[in-house]
Amino acid sequence: MSMFDIFKVSSSALNAQSQRLNTVASNLANADSATSATGEPYRAKQVVFSATPVDESGATGVQVVGVIDDPSPMKTVYDPKHPLADENGNVTMPNVNVVEEMVNMISASRSYQSNVEVMNTAKTLLLKTLTLGQ
Amino acid sequence: MANSLDDLFRFHQQALSLRSERQQVLASNIANADTPNYKARDFDFAAALREATSGGASTTAPMKVTSSGHMNGTPSTERTASGQELKYRTVQQGSVDGNSVDMDTERAQFTDNAVHYQTSLTVLTHEIRMMLAAIQG
Repeated sequence: MSMFDIFKVSSSALNAQSQRLNTVASNLANADSATSATGEPYRAKQVVFSATPVDESGATGVQVVGVIDDPSPMKTVYDPKHPLADENGNVTMPNVNVVEEMVNMISASRSYQSNVEVMNTAKTLLLKTLTLGQ
Repeated sequence: MANSLDDLFRFHQQALSLRSERQQVLASNIANADTPNYKARDFDFAAALREATSGGASTTAPMKVTSSGHMNGTPSTERTASGQELKYRTVQQGSVDGNSVDMDTERAQFTDNAVHYQTSLTVLTHEIRMMLAAIQG
């Protein structure tokens, strides 16, 4: 029955949005991380969404096809007293744009809430269908 | 005799299955509200219901594929499971990333569709009870 595919579609969206929120959380937590386990400063991460068909019925869910590094340039800050400063006194800081990340977070949480509503409505309709005739 | 029972229930039964298909299309739109280059889809419910209740003689039947050389007509993302042709929603506000889903429109359509689905359910329930009352005297 086609309404059950709505659960697959909405749950794929919930997964995708929560992965997006995860990357936002990582970026905000590491907005000042001048170094990491590999010795490089932290590069902001972004998720790439793709619309994928759930099955033959034409329902389209969403999937995260990759977590890529943000290509925008790293910030350089002049701070000669910093332990990681190079010979010119510059430190490379992460390219995290805090304003963009906050907007991402708001958008992801609104999408998440909408998809939860869609699942709840579909569930209510299916349960009501079961009481047909009574 | 069984035919007249069928006829009584047929209209709302067709409406119910079309409504649940439309619910799925609208849920796909809402799920893909952030996907770049995704275009919002929908199908014409009134026309689809009219076609379904007019005896099934449709002018947009999908082409039959009986050999490997045959072309498919339209791919599965262009039709719902029962063969309704999916159209694109008119874009009110453009978007930088190519996404044409307007959350307000989609949520309004989704809620509207859900209420109509419940209406069909209620009418069917009342028709069933009416038949039962007639049978039980």
